[in-house]
Amino acid sequence: MADADRMTRLAIRGVTKRFAAGDEEIEALARVDLTIQEGEFVCLIGASGCGKSTLLRIVAGFEEPSTGEVQVNGMPITGPGRDRGMVFQDYALFPWMTVKQNIGFGPRQRSLARGEIEEISSEFVRLVGLEKFADRYPSQLSGGMKQRVAIARVLANNASILLMDEPFGALDALTREQLQNELLQIWARTRVTVIFITHSVEEAVMLADRVLVMSAGPGRIANDVPIDLPRPRDVSSPEFNEVRRDLARRLTSHIAPGRTLESAH
Amino acid sequence: MADQAIALDGGAGESPLVAARRRRRTYERVRAIVLGAGFPLLLIFLWHLAVIYTGTRLIPSPRQVAVMMWDFAFGGIYDDAFSGTILTHIWKSVQRVYGGFLLAAAIGIPLGLLIGRIKVLRDLLDPTISVLRPIPVTAWLPLSMIFFGLGPNAAIFLVFLGAFYPILLNTTFGVRSVDVKLFEAAAMLGCSGSAMFRQVVLPAALPSIFNGLRIAHGFAWILIVVGEMTGVPTGLGSVIMDGRTLSRTDLVVTGMIVIGALGFITDRIIVAISNRLLSWSPQHHG
Repeated sequence: MADADRMTRLAIRGVTKRFAAGDEEIEALARVDLTIQEGEFVCLIGASGCGKSTLLRIVAGFEEPSTGEVQVNGMPITGPGRDRGMVFQDYALFPWMTVKQNIGFGPRQRSLARGEIEEISSEFVRLVGLEKFADRYPSQLSGGMKQRVAIARVLANNASILLMDEPFGALDALTREQLQNELLQIWARTRVTVIFITHSVEEAVMLADRVLVMSAGPGRIANDVPIDLPRPRDVSSPEFNEVRRDLARRLTSHIAPGRTLESAH
Repeated sequence: MADQAIALDGGAGESPLVAARRRRRTYERVRAIVLGAGFPLLLIFLWHLAVIYTGTRLIPSPRQVAVMMWDFAFGGIYDDAFSGTILTHIWKSVQRVYGGFLLAAAIGIPLGLLIGRIKVLRDLLDPTISVLRPIPVTAWLPLSMIFFGLGPNAAIFLVFLGAFYPILLNTTFGVRSVDVKLFEAAAMLGCSGSAMFRQVVLPAALPSIFNGLRIAHGFAWILIVVGEMTGVPTGLGSVIMDGRTLSRTDLVVTGMIVIGALGFITDRIIVAISNRLLSWSPQHHG
């Protein structure tokens, strides 16, 4: 295999998605072609209904594309798999398991030795700083803690791609900022590839190497914007604001195309 | 705990607020006991008055029932076929109740999990179950006597039938109401096939399954009387039937009270088990 090929973590080729809604057929995704490199942090941004969640669910293997295929590390995917881990907005933790058991769930499926599972779960409990809460149930945790568990659960399973569907959308601003920083630290340490859906332009500019702006009706990737700001990024710097403004303009131009065309001329 | 925190905040000594709250809690606890135990005592007293006032001989007085209960449990008063036999009858009934109940759980829970999860199975079985379910268990009595003859198996079958549907339906409902994301999360973490049923579907549906078990358990005790009408010589249901044949209403009422008490105690045991198994669920504390 060529060196350039090995760098490609995810390849989406000619993927489209149509849903049947009653008698009609809705085109959720027009043709999407996309490659994402190993270790890249990619944010997907766009208005509600632009198909960004659908795209993520296709990559996760929860839904099949109507046409086209998704390749991970050069192999076409056939369904959900350990190599791709989803972090849901509403956590989707197993409520009958403790923090540690949730994190150890993936390793347990691989029928590892008991001691090894224990070791891995402890390691990832530590990674997200929840040692004191290892034996708590999800119902006893705050939203931020739950999302830390969800992230650790996926990483403990050696996922090479982290799929995040508005993971911090339900959190308060302070917790959200803290988790963004923690996610960046984890990303820097593990070099996991991240695909991150958000509504927030600021969040996208804060986190991403590359922002994909999606437009609706049918969903497609309208812009592919690299973010070259140095890390750690300063939200209040003029450079940051410039990138944010540019991205916000692109986003609104897709939400209300008519008006922006007028103002552009 | 909350009281302690407030007491610590307020410094040494008991603040009037804390004392008032503690008094209130004690009062509420005592009130619950007085009301809960007082009402049946009141009913027994009214029963006593009614028997005296009407002078009936068809209904025994509470005293007569108490004497019968003593004799049924320890003997030494009437010294007839029922004296001191309570444990034999309880043991027979318990065997049949739990034979039928556990059989219903052993079939109902796995079947419910499968029906809840697999659409083809749902399409195949749902209509049949919906038609069979409304048929009263007592309507099966003649057929069950043909299938199983006069004996304990017919009783077990009836208890099974009565317990089966609540367990099956609640299990199916439990699986159907689990957030689909939990199954997706399990699948992406490498869980599939029978591991999915054991590790995710079953525990996720457990709160609902326990609701079904509790309802079914109640039905099982109700149906034991019907089941033991099929001509078995021992069991609490047969004691009641014998009492009826012999016109000994004190025996009938004694049997009723024993069934009620056993049903109550065993229900508390099921609640205790479910509270233990479902300690993770904030909604569940019965």
